[in-house]
Amino acid sequence: MTFIYLLVFGFAATAVLGLITSWIDRKVTARVQYRVGPPFLQPFIDIVKLLGKETVIPAGASKVTFLIAPVIGISGVIAVSTLLWVNQFFSDGFMGDWIVAIYLLTIPSISLILAGFASRNPLASLGASREMKLVIAYELPFILAALVPVISAQSIRLGVIIDSQAGGVFAGSISGILALIVAIMCVQAKLGLVPFDIPEAETEIVEGPIVEYSGPGLAIFKLMKNMLLFTLPFFLMILFFGGIRLHGINILWTVLEYVGIVAIITVIRNTNPRVRIDQAVKFFWGPMTLIAVVAVVLALNGL
Amino acid sequence: MSLKLKALLKSPWVFHLSTGSCNNCDIETLDCLTPRFDIERFGMLLVGSIKHADVLLVSGSCNRMSVERMKALYEQVPKPCLVVAIGTCSGSRGIFKDSYNCPVPLDKIIPVDVYIPGCPPKPEAIIAGAVKLIEKVGGAT
Ligand code: SF4
Repeated sequence: MTFIYLLVFGFAATAVLGLITSWIDRKVTARVQYRVGPPFLQPFIDIVKLLGKETVIPAGASKVTFLIAPVIGISGVIAVSTLLWVNQFFSDGFMGDWIVAIYLLTIPSISLILAGFASRNPLASLGASREMKLVIAYELPFILAALVPVISAQSIRLGVIIDSQAGGVFAGSISGILALIVAIMCVQAKLGLVPFDIPEAETEIVEGPIVEYSGPGLAIFKLMKNMLLFTLPFFLMILFFGGIRLHGINILWTVLEYVGIVAIITVIRNTNPRVRIDQAVKFFWGPMTLIAVVAVVLALNGL
Repeated sequence: MSLKLKALLKSPWVFHLSTGSCNNCDIETLDCLTPRFDIERFGMLLVGSIKHADVLLVSGSCNRMSVERMKALYEQVPKPCLVVAIGTCSGSRGIFKDSYNCPVPLDKIIPVDVYIPGCPPKPEAIIAGAVKLIEKVGGAT
């Protein structure tokens, strides 16, 4: 049973929805720039093409780590999305799965860091070290923001968090709104999108950690990013909007919430320049942590 | 046509290499990405790393300094890959034919799939060249 969950929900459903989301993202970006944008199947074709290409392993790279890093990353995403789906539809969670989800969500970043340091390329190492700083920067406010629903629901089970929002979603309270703002900023950094695409900075360090990847390795990394593009908004929906609700008018709300989160992420990405790594760290440890702490205090007081 | 090739033709990622051009060809190539021409419609993307590329766009007259680098880069493109020569310079050395610094044209160094002549070629010509490339590779198998 676990295997079916992993394969059907964790991998297949998440990958398809993630690739569709990445098409929405690219299309909206193109429309913002007055372009036509790619056709609907483009993300799928990209992945298929990359799977059919040759893998080039750079001379002197750490071969095993280089090849295994993308697999580690995608396993992390599959595991966390399975956890979310299972909590959503089968209420099969366990005590403390919120903590497991938070942990698993950092695995993709760690796989990027491994990939960068394993590829023996100065640009990749630079990207990996920036990724490391960025993880340290956004992880604190992200956990604080994700703590707010836990305090409101009085439980660290994702299933209970979903159930306790049946009456009213957490995003409706002051603490919920503040935490949601912080969480969206952190998601932006987790996805490595502008303005926090410092590790990948295409114009200065050409894709950073994945600069040396080609063929299937690159395909898995792209797929991992696209799956994260679905998983992270899904996680936010579970925390702040009571997850996916499939009865009556609520279907419409669910779709609107999801598209809304994705649209906010895309608009932020299209209207901002890239910041420097020190500015990003200051931003996350300064204002964002402060807002998150205020949200936690408000949530503790029941607001 | 195999699925592999079909997918390649639907999403050719382009790496742009200047081997000592006068920069006009490079600017015209970048024009293809602008809203007016928008080659992302055809799934083409300009990538920064040679390891991600499927198509190597070469502009310029292959001077002695850059030939070494070009060979190194050509060996690093993950196969299957295609090579496009942009501009008269890379096709036949153009006005630099008699220069001491440009001993041979591009196709004497690496195999070229499509030539796009012009000094510089218009973005329309570059897109037409890309279409010819897709027809040629797609029709050959
Ligand atoms: S073909 Fe003409 S425009 Fe292009 S690089 Fe050569 S001289 Fe410049």
